[in-house]
Amino acid sequence: MQTFDLEKEGLRALNSSLHALKGQTNMTRWEVINPKGAHAIAAGVDAEVEITVRGSTGYYCAGMNKQATILIKGSAGPGVAENMMSGKVVIDGDASQYAGATGRGGLLVIKGNASSRCGISMKGIDIVVHGNIGHMSAFMAQSGNLVVLGDAGEALGDSLYEARLFVRGNVRSLGADCIEKEMRPEHFELLERLLKAGEADAKARPEQFRRYGSARKLYNFNIDNASAY
Amino acid sequence: MTDFPKTPPRFSATFTPAVNAEIRRAAASGIYDIRGGGTKRHLPHFDDLLFLGASISRYPLEGYREKCSTDVWLGTRFAKKPIHLDIPITIAGMSFGALSGPAKEALGRGASAAGTSTTTGDGGMTEEERGHSKTLVYQYLPSRYGMNPDDLRRCDAIEIVVGQGAKPGGGGMLLGQKISDRVANMRNLPKGIDQRSACRHPDWTGPDDLEIKIHELREITDWEKPIYVKVGGARPYYDTALAVKAGADVVVLDGMQGGTAATQDVFIEHVGMPILACIPQAVKALQDLGMHRKVQLIVSGGIRSGADVAKAMALGADAVAIGTAALIALGDNDPVHEEEYRKLGTTADAYDDWHEGRDPAGITTQDPELYKRFDPILGGRRLKNYLKVMTLEAQTIARACGKNHLHNLEPEDLCSLTIEAAAMAGVPLAGTNWIPGRNGGF
Repeated sequence: MQTFDLEKEGLRALNSSLHALKGQTNMTRWEVINPKGAHAIAAGVDAEVEITVRGSTGYYCAGMNKQATILIKGSAGPGVAENMMSGKVVIDGDASQYAGATGRGGLLVIKGNASSRCGISMKGIDIVVHGNIGHMSAFMAQSGNLVVLGDAGEALGDSLYEARLFVRGNVRSLGADCIEKEMRPEHFELLERLLKAGEADAKARPEQFRRYGSARKLYNFNIDNASAY
Repeated sequence: MTDFPKTPPRFSATFTPAVNAEIRRAAASGIYDIRGGGTKRHLPHFDDLLFLGASISRYPLEGYREKCSTDVWLGTRFAKKPIHLDIPITIAGMSFGALSGPAKEALGRGASAAGTSTTTGDGGMTEEERGHSKTLVYQYLPSRYGMNPDDLRRCDAIEIVVGQGAKPGGGGMLLGQKISDRVANMRNLPKGIDQRSACRHPDWTGPDDLEIKIHELREITDWEKPIYVKVGGARPYYDTALAVKAGADVVVLDGMQGGTAATQDVFIEHVGMPILACIPQAVKALQDLGMHRKVQLIVSGGIRSGADVAKAMALGADAVAIGTAALIALGDNDPVHEEEYRKLGTTADAYDDWHEGRDPAGITTQDPELYKRFDPILGGRRLKNYLKVMTLEAQTIARACGKNHLHNLEPEDLCSLTIEAAAMAGVPLAGTNWIPGRNGGF
């Protein structure tokens, strides 16, 4: 276990050390102490390592992550795991705005609540939120899966493309072109897998969720749909 | 009854035949007009400025003997690896999707041969472009189509796009006709749908967030890459100042003459400011912050010749970018295709339906039958020639003004032909020392 005191050694030294792990390494377990809300902690990592951040993080923790497992033992600021490519990020606390924004792969688990625009423009990432999510979540979401054990705020899935949204609680309102869809057997199987991967299988069952997706009415411009925007 | 002469038909200056035609088109179709390119209206522009040249008070340099340098460094503020270009004329961001793969290759070939950079666009980086561009700027756009850390690390600079001159405050648009399998795959979208790019970034808003975003990108790329911030010509003084405050190495400022792949005509023609009005404000912001020449300024929007390059640099720019002119150099809108333009209901030099993907020149298309017509090697050669000519033209003017580097051109080398240009450019009206709004003007 490599222990890194962020307050003493600084962010540049941390990220530089983590980036140097690309390729092969036997230093597979890292611990970051004293994060104190710093921005861009463990951004741009590209190695199969496990990084535990002991405390809360600022903006863009685990940004563009590839391969790494990053565990945040606190809450995360805006844009956590933005544009993640692969790997796994688990937040014990809450996540601020834009969690998992534009993520292209990997798994983001938020054990608390997520703020507005969770999964905005997601492009393949899987996101599991144990609590609630805020307004405008999954805006223009293109692909991937968003699983919410709690409630969703206003305008869920506005201008959605092909991402799948599963919500167990109430949805305040659906955004333009987002509709409720039938839960088919493959969706129950998918949810079973995602709940397990997201450490939520003890909290919820697939049959408790409703599925939301794109009505695909706004895919090609039609003047008769102009009032939807 | 006496046969008096009749009053001849008189067209309204307000309801012109063109205006009426647009009203009829809108009434028939129920949709606004979408097109490519930049504004087509007449605007105060570089044509409204002239160089004074040397005389007794300052002496010229010999055109065939004395050196006039053209190189430029970009990204010297923070980047570990700033860019050095042989000429200050760069190729602006244009997407694969809007342009064909061979057209992107040609831009890379031509730019590299001329010693300058090219730029990706919405949709990500293609191998054609990376492979043929010695210096490649990677755009970081609100859509984040194709965005990934590997391409961030293999580019030579990063350009955070906040806006563009053709549509400040607007997002992107790529209509279904051009969403081929390859484009759809790069953008994680179903084939054939109308692709919309958001007008705001998904994970930051405002200058304070931008500073944190720039910091993240620097961390991901280990502080190696120059980071540009591109803005449309809306409020250039404040946008430039805020970009500098946020930590940009380079500000890219695009006037309303700058082109787009596809946007509403009403947006192109009615939002934004001409580049002539933008440059002095951006330069003033840099000077007020003590950052002129430390944060470099690249300007674009209607750059066509070496004279335009020299004028932009005399006003304080460090470099320029060309988009529309580069496409024309490749062969866009060439009268050689006139017969096919006619079939599309247009004519050479007026064709702007780039979004429809039926470009006879094979440049703004994803149709394999059309883009096969375009030879990227020949296109690259034509672009190189054009860039060389522009550079020679700018050097000719600079020498005539007694300057041994294009960067030594200055506003004092210029005069304005019109009051409007004098006011916008901050350059005296020809034959006077009058700059409207300054030195006793109104």
